Order: sequence, then structure tokens, then C-alpha cells
Amino acid sequence: MRHQWFLVLMVAMLVLVGCAPAAQPTPVPAPAQAQQQAASQPTPVPTTPPTAVPTEAPAAAPTEEPTAVPTEAPQAAVEPVQLTGAGASFPYPLYSRWFYDYAFRNPSARFNYQSIGSGGGIRQITAKTVDFGGSDALLTEEMKAAAPGLMQLPTVAGAVVLAYNVNDAAGTAVPTGLKLTPEVIAGIFLGQITTWNDAQLVELNPDANLPDQDILVARRSDGSGTTFLFTSYLSQVNEEWKANVGAGTSVEWPVGLGGRGNEGVAGIVRAQPGSIGYVELAYATENNLSYAYVRNQAGIFIEPNLSTTTAASNAAVADMPEDLGQLLVNAPGDDSYPIAGYTFLLVYQDMDDCAKARELISFIEWALSEEGDKDALELLYAPLGDAVKAMVFERLAGMTCAGGQPIPSR
Amino acid sequence: MGIASRSARRRATLGRINLGDAIFGGWAWLMAATLVLIIVLLVLELYEGSKLGISRFGFSFLIEERWDPVFERFGSLPAIFGTVVSSLLSLAIAAPLGLMAAIFLAEMAPSWLDQPVSFIIELLASVPSVVYGLWGLFVLVPILRDPIQRTLYRSLGFLPIFGCTPLGIGMMAAVVVLAIMILPYATAVARDMLRAVPNEQREAMLALGATRWETIWRAVVPYARSGIIGGFMLALGRAVGETMAVTMLIGNRPDISPCLFSPAYTLASQIANEFAESVSPLHVSVLIELGLVLFVITLILNGLARLLVWRISRGEMRGAR
Repeated sequence: MRHQWFLVLMVAMLVLVGCAPAAQPTPVPAPAQAQQQAASQPTPVPTTPPTAVPTEAPAAAPTEEPTAVPTEAPQAAVEPVQLTGAGASFPYPLYSRWFYDYAFRNPSARFNYQSIGSGGGIRQITAKTVDFGGSDALLTEEMKAAAPGLMQLPTVAGAVVLAYNVNDAAGTAVPTGLKLTPEVIAGIFLGQITTWNDAQLVELNPDANLPDQDILVARRSDGSGTTFLFTSYLSQVNEEWKANVGAGTSVEWPVGLGGRGNEGVAGIVRAQPGSIGYVELAYATENNLSYAYVRNQAGIFIEPNLSTTTAASNAAVADMPEDLGQLLVNAPGDDSYPIAGYTFLLVYQDMDDCAKARELISFIEWALSEEGDKDALELLYAPLGDAVKAMVFERLAGMTCAGGQPIPSR
Repeated sequence: MGIASRSARRRATLGRINLGDAIFGGWAWLMAATLVLIIVLLVLELYEGSKLGISRFGFSFLIEERWDPVFERFGSLPAIFGTVVSSLLSLAIAAPLGLMAAIFLAEMAPSWLDQPVSFIIELLASVPSVVYGLWGLFVLVPILRDPIQRTLYRSLGFLPIFGCTPLGIGMMAAVVVLAIMILPYATAVARDMLRAVPNEQREAMLALGATRWETIWRAVVPYARSGIIGGFMLALGRAVGETMAVTMLIGNRPDISPCLFSPAYTLASQIANEFAESVSPLHVSVLIELGLVLFVITLILNGLARLLVWRISRGEMRGAR
């Protein structure tokens, strides 16, 4: 009996080992995985074979007739262009939705995105093992020097909210809408404000009847774009935070329990009475957690939601730097939610492969269109402000390929 | 002449066996060499990756307590502490339980009970660790927090190991789940070792008028001792490297605290947590260095286990004499 199981196991392992190399024709570590995920949804383009194209010869593409129109006869249609990307996990659900919907409109391109984290995305695009990268963090001067010509293009914005689980002195749960100022948030996460009925909290929320209970801080244990946003915000609004803790994807937290992933922090907040933690907006609303209104630069307490995040994007456009690498936190404007940030696609201004460049540009243009925005809103990502979109389009129009050649039209 | 013909015959015989032998022998050599090569490459690669961190911090990396990716001060002591303490404590729980279960299964249980119970214990080994993590988070942690830790805190709070706020999540939760996870390894090996004890050993003891308990404790268990300890070491190795379940339960704070309720960190979970989003070269390098430290710890533990087994078996021989 046990021998039979063992045999079955051995056979299964052999099959797996035998298949693995065949499923990975490209040099990129794990495209098969992303493909699998794409395949688990109904394939939008039934005529295209699921196997990847053989390794493409860069620079050979433009010499072929650029006017060849890939329409009408599906059998004769050219193999779709394969574009591989890797990076941040925060936008991954949206990107895969975008790729899926976009494939209906334009079957000539296929996108793969591996959500391996911003750090990995930056490393892979710098090494050019992928066609585009994804990152929640901004490119530093060092990184720009290592990858000349790499552009960061914002795609959507996200908001980080302070979710909490506390009952008031009478025993009923404090609902969404507790008011917090930047100083109080920093105080809580620095470990200086330790009880819920601290004078500063009570002064902001006189009607909440806050209890005499210890505050339990929950934060991310894994490195993340969410942490980067939140700590960047605290560094901007609080000198002590900036000097002692600073901003980064992982930091040395003065207090608190670490949960893995947004779901981990949301789990701690839900399970531990008296806790407060930061999570992405979607996780707070999906888990029915109560969350705080935060005072913005204009002095108004703002509810975090998609429109106040887009408002921040619009309001901060005047300060947008030349490389579009803007930290959206603490944006000006009456309606701006202050703890918001962009996620970026990392694309070379001059791509080696002209066909890929053309497909990538048309994809980004579509993703920032009204149709792309609809997907974003549905998945609780905040679309960019119009002025920011215009800036991205401007950068796309300036792209070249294969060493300065113009992008071929279809 | 006689010698010459004999050696010729031997050569002929050897020649006949030689082909299959040579292939098998060569294959076995190749596989063995590959194993060694893999380990060597692994160490080289880890060393190569952690060069930056080693040259920057040197030995102080092992004794520094802070872990600050922003201002780039890195030390691995809290993670080393967490790794060693969590795995040793979990072994301290799992080893006696595993030994008792093994004695029951090998010596006492009727055969109709033996098979299903063995199967269930082995089943524990095949549950994915993330499932243990989730179970710990949703089932174990609330129980630990309220009746267990709160009671301990109220009654024995003057002891440092129980003297901090009960949170549920923390070292204690990780240790309990780790103990459950490594129990099947300890049990299965110990049971097989006890079964392998020759029956004469038991019969001789019984013939001397020993009770069942005396037979097991004086004749059977000592005979299988080195194998049982080997099984415990296997379990310990598993505990040292466990990542997912520990990450979900230990609280992930690089702190050295004597208190069992407080959050801690382990090497494996720190690597898993921070690697994906680590951007600066130094940060990546020190994370790889953590991997090197983990490797060395595993090596040391294995070495100690070998030493233990060797000393015990030598002691047995001396005793026999």
C-alpha cells in the first residue's frame, strides 16, 4: 500500500521534472507561473497557441514590413508579441486584469507580469531580463545611473489607511471616522502615545468616549510599497520620525507586532482588541475594518477613498518632477487624502525591440484611458489625475526603439 | 606460473562483472560528488552574495542587536536568538511527546491501533506549513491569549518568562506550532528505531524478571538511543528552517526578550519577509548573510548531534565491555 503511494509520487515527480524545462523557454525565471495564471481564466484569444514564441531577434523586427496588418484571417495572423514584466505586488491584481481585458482589444500582444516585489522588479529591469518593471518605490540616483534611460511612469494611485479595532468605554465598537492628525499618528507609531484615552486623542475625538486601553500597533513585517508610502508620509510630517526611523520598504519599528502582508496586518487588527495598523484601502474596506480620517495639509480631516486619492494626484501635479518620480504623500489641496502614492511602470525610453515598444506604448495608453480607469475603480485603485496622465502620454510620445529609431506604426 | 594463471582468471572474472559494476560505481560516485558540489556551490554563492555585508560589518554582524534598513545598521543577534530559542523549545516539547508516542506505537499498541495512529502522525508531516500558520493564527492564538497567557501572567507574572503583556502572537505561539510540526519526524524515526531492537533484548530482560516498564526503559530505549537522537536532530533541523508558519505567528520583531509572550524574529522569516522588496545592495547582501548564518547554525547543530550520537555509542561499547 505504502509502496504504491511511493510509486505514484515518484512518477508524478518524474513528470514534473520532465515538463518543467519545456514550460520555460525564455530566460526569465518564472514566466510559466504567470502564464498558468492567465490560462486559468478563459483565454481571450483562442487562436493563439499557448506556447511561447521562440526567442526573438531584437532589431530584426523593424526591417520587416511595418505595414503588414494583423487583422482578418486569424490563422495567418502573426504570433503575438510577448512582453514580460516583473515587480511590485501592490498593482498586480490590476495589471493582470488590464492584460486580460486588453487582450480582447489587441490580440497581437501578450503580457506576463510576475509580482516579485519592487526590489526584484528594479533589479530585473536594470539587468534587462524583462521588458518592463513595476515599482512602488522611487528610483534613486544610484539606480538611474545603473540603468540610463529608464523612465518611471505612474499608472494608478493607492491610499494607505489607518485601520483600528477598539471599543469605546461603553463597549461598542468605534466606527470609521476617528480623527487623527499627523502628529498623533507619528506619536502612536513611535510608541509615545500608548493608550486610547491619551489626551491628544481625546481632544481630537471628544465624542468618541475612548477607553482606557493600551494601543497595540500592527505593522508590516515584510518589505513593502505600503510601508514605504506610510513611512515616507511620517518622515515628511514628523521630524522625529525622520531622524529616528526614516522611510523605506522595511524600517526599524519602535513598537508593534509585525504581520505578513496587508492581510496579515488586517488579521492582527481584526483579532486583537485595541489595535491599530496601516493597510491599503482595499483591505480595510474588504475586511470591514474601521478606519480613520486623517488631517491633510490644508487642515481638513479627509476620509480615505478613491476620489480623495485621485484628488491628491490632481492637486500635487504642480510639484511633479521632471522624471515623474513623485512621492504623492501629504499633497496640498482641500480634498486630498494625505497618505497616498503612485505605483510605477519602469520602461526604457529607448527599447531594444521596436515591436515590443509599440505594443507596450499602446497598452499603457489604453490602460490610462477611460476603459482602464473603469477596471481600476472596480478593483479599488485610484486612477491618475488628468494632468498626470497627460504627462505620461508625453513621455510615451518621446519613446524610441533600437537605438533612437522612431516607433513603427501598426 | 600458478600465480599468473590465477591472477589472469581473476582479471577475467573482474572483467565480466566490471561493466555493470563500473557503470553503477561511476554513477554512485557522480551522484555523491554532485551532492558535495551542490553544498560547496551553495556556500560559495552565499559567501559571494554576502561579501558586501561581511566587509562592512565583519564579526559585529553576529552580536549587533539592531536591524535598521533605512540607516543601514544591521545585526543578526535577535534573529539568531529567535531561531535557536524557538527551535530548541519546540524540540523540548516535541521530543518527550514523540518518544512516548513511539514507545506506545512500537511496544504497546495492538496492531489494529498501531497502523491508523502511525498514519495520522505521519499525516501531520504532510500538512503544508501555511495551513499550520493559519490554524495557529485563527485557533491557537486566541486560546493562548485569553485563558492560557492571561492566567500565567496573573499568577506567575513575577517570573521574567511570563512577565509581559499577553498578546497571543509571539514566541510561545510559534513554539507550540513548531512542536506540532516536528512531532511526526521525531515520532516516526523513534518508532522505527524501537521496532528494530532485536527481540532477544526484550526477552533477556523479561527473563531476568523485569517488568514491562523496566524492559522498555532499561533494555529497549537505550539500545535504540543513538537512532532516536538522530530523529530528534532531524526534527530540530526542520524547526530551524521553518519559515512560513513561524512568520505568521512569531510577531516579527527583532527583539531579544526573556518573555515567552513577546514577539521575536527568526533568520528564515526575516529573509523571507524582506528579500522581495529590498532595494539597496547592502540590504540584499546582509539578507544573504543571514542565509549564511542560518547555514552555519544548521551545520553546528548537526555537528553537535553527531558528537552526541558518537559519544553515546562509545559509552555503550564501554558499558558492554
